[in-house]
Amino acid sequence: MSHTIEQLDAEASVLLAKYSSNELKNKDRLAIPVQEMPSQAPEIRVNNMEEVALGYTEAQVIVESMRCLQCATAPCVDGCPVRIDIPGFIALAAKGDFARSIATIKDSSMLPSVCGRVCPQESQCQLTCTVGKVHKNVDKAVAIGRIERYVADWEANHGTRSIPPVLSSTGKKVGVIGSGPASMTAAADLRRAGHEVVMFEALHKAGGVLVYGIPEFRLPKRIVEEELHTLSDMGVKIEYNFLVGRTATINDLMEREGFSALFIGSGAGLPNFLNIPGENLIGVFSANEYLTRSNLMKAYDKAKAGTPLFDSKKVLVFGGGNVAMDAARTAKRLGADEVNIVYRRTSEEMPARREEVVHAHEEGIIFKYLHAPKEILGDDKGRVTGVKVILCELGAPDSSGRRSPVEIPGSEQVLSCDTVIVAIGNSSNPLIEKTTKGLKVDRKGHIVVDEETCATSMPGVYAGGDIVLGSATVILAMGQGRKAAKAMNEYLLAQEKVGGSAT
Amino acid sequence: MFTIVDKRKMSPEVFRMVFTAPYIARSRKPGQFIIIQQGGDYSERIPLTIADADAEKGTVTIIFQAVGAATHQLALLDPGEAIANVLGPLGQPTHIEKFGKVICVGGGIGAAPLHPIAQAMAQAGNELKVIVGARTKDLIIMEEEMNKISDDVIICTDDGSYGRKALVTEPLKELCEQWKPDMVVAIGPPIMMKFCTQTTKPFGVPIIVSLNTIMVDGTGMCGGCRVSINGKTKFVCVDGPEFDGYAVDWENMMMRLGTFKTQEQKAHHHCHIGLNIKEGEA
Repeated sequence: MSHTIEQLDAEASVLLAKYSSNELKNKDRLAIPVQEMPSQAPEIRVNNMEEVALGYTEAQVIVESMRCLQCATAPCVDGCPVRIDIPGFIALAAKGDFARSIATIKDSSMLPSVCGRVCPQESQCQLTCTVGKVHKNVDKAVAIGRIERYVADWEANHGTRSIPPVLSSTGKKVGVIGSGPASMTAAADLRRAGHEVVMFEALHKAGGVLVYGIPEFRLPKRIVEEELHTLSDMGVKIEYNFLVGRTATINDLMEREGFSALFIGSGAGLPNFLNIPGENLIGVFSANEYLTRSNLMKAYDKAKAGTPLFDSKKVLVFGGGNVAMDAARTAKRLGADEVNIVYRRTSEEMPARREEVVHAHEEGIIFKYLHAPKEILGDDKGRVTGVKVILCELGAPDSSGRRSPVEIPGSEQVLSCDTVIVAIGNSSNPLIEKTTKGLKVDRKGHIVVDEETCATSMPGVYAGGDIVLGSATVILAMGQGRKAAKAMNEYLLAQEKVGGSAT
Repeated sequence: MFTIVDKRKMSPEVFRMVFTAPYIARSRKPGQFIIIQQGGDYSERIPLTIADADAEKGTVTIIFQAVGAATHQLALLDPGEAIANVLGPLGQPTHIEKFGKVICVGGGIGAAPLHPIAQAMAQAGNELKVIVGARTKDLIIMEEEMNKISDDVIICTDDGSYGRKALVTEPLKELCEQWKPDMVVAIGPPIMMKFCTQTTKPFGVPIIVSLNTIMVDGTGMCGGCRVSINGKTKFVCVDGPEFDGYAVDWENMMMRLGTFKTQEQKAHHHCHIGLNIKEGEA
């Protein structure tokens, strides 16, 4: 099914020559085939960490953009959490005006090169796309994300990265806790308004989940670094090695360190385990640990990295989300002979993006559906030797609306392995909650915020991203960062007026 | 940033280093630790205990043994140079109160993080006895500092080269029998802490231990540090590092420390070479 980038480019060039001379009717646009994303061949990419998707060629991006009907209702915009002017940027891309196309996206989105790669477009903008509806197939919707990625990369490659203008200083100091997508967006918007912005990052590198969680082969780290450079160029100061709650508390920052407002974007916290016997054996890792070692600590580069990674031959990954796919595909690249995804439901209920699942399949990852882990088995040295699983069938839908797995009595079996990676989500980190007086959290430890403003129970303190949403997407986190920054700017302005009348 | 202001070699492998870290110096409490990373893409993050801190001067003191690649690299740094990344203070502080009679037991470099705890215990009005043990005389540390806070500091070495020729559990047992402590705090190698818990158990004395496990981020994110406490999984970095010594699954904890044994042995060989060259030059 996959073609080389040269083949795909040649096909697109033929279409381009055919259509560019005459005015296109909707019928013509609907007849243009979806442009396939050029990718590294599976047998090659499993031996490297380079990006799998290579990105459209210029001919491809123009042809794909021509598929957009520019329909008046633009349902795609409603599907986008930050309401990018999608028909607008696509129309410009179709004309080859990539500079204005990217500028249009940047009016609404801070991180297009990231979102073009990791957004679940098939369940957002592309889900509502009219072209997909006409074809009765979401896979035939306009490939909005791929076009977004192209124009974002075009800007980076042409050295025309623009630094957003910053208003004159307001004299207010604002803190942003964490440096992932929610915080990056909030920091940019707050800085634009003229506040002094300090970003607090606990780790030695900024970028949050984009750096420690998402692997290089899905999101090259140079892209995240580029976005962080933009923030630095705008004047955002990044304080590394600063764990709010320990290095200083929220109360310290507000009362002692002179911060007028804070945004908490500290992200998802503690990895969940299944609490089955054997989970503390040697060779059992949380996906967070496995991916952090590989991504943040660069342990995949075995010759250079100081951080070790477990040598695995046969790996079982528990879970069916994007993180499970990332862990499985990383294990394969690190040299495991066999990698299995163990999931309690079927492919239908699996939360991972289809694209990631397809890529995993192509790379030889084995999917064991309707398997529930019951116990991890080990040898006398405490090393993992296998997992006892029980087979399931699907029963009635649960509270999430997905059909829940029902165990089939007597169907236990043992799958041998030397490594288990647990990728079943995170619980919120209680550190900020426990060290902050007056901050309200819900039953699950997520910070409670006003839906419209992202304001917490503490005056001047706002929050967004996974610490509020549980585990959400990059774009939703960004949406909250933006919402919070807007409300914070208004709050600071109001404070100023109050302060002004008091003196 | 984290500029080294003083460095002393306490024994061929044990170093004492003082560096600037104003926030940590101000926030840290006894029992907490830090994580360091020495810059660049490839350097490892390692947890280290805090031996002392001066909030006024904004400095933190660490005492560490050069046992792995990262600690060897750290030992190569000199005053004026900086540690690229220092995160902290991490973990829960020690619970300090007036228990009555308290014994603090330190093994090897475990005596370093024990010192601020012992100090705080003394300040809280506890009667304090201290046992410091090591393999050999060269590896005994903090004797002078401990003498300042306790009238009864017992030194033991495995080989008898200094103090009593005994394991720390011997005087611990005697004190349990004769002095009847209300609380014991033990910090040192896991095997030492395990045997301390076995020693105190028959006397029904509560014992607090401080665990130093494998860690990556130190903020609760990776779960690499997890230990079994009364059959429940806990994270050393956020729930610990101190736990009720009787609740720790020692076998599992010690086993997990060996997760990356093969890889670490290779790395250790390489870094020893670096350190020796430096020593030769000096």
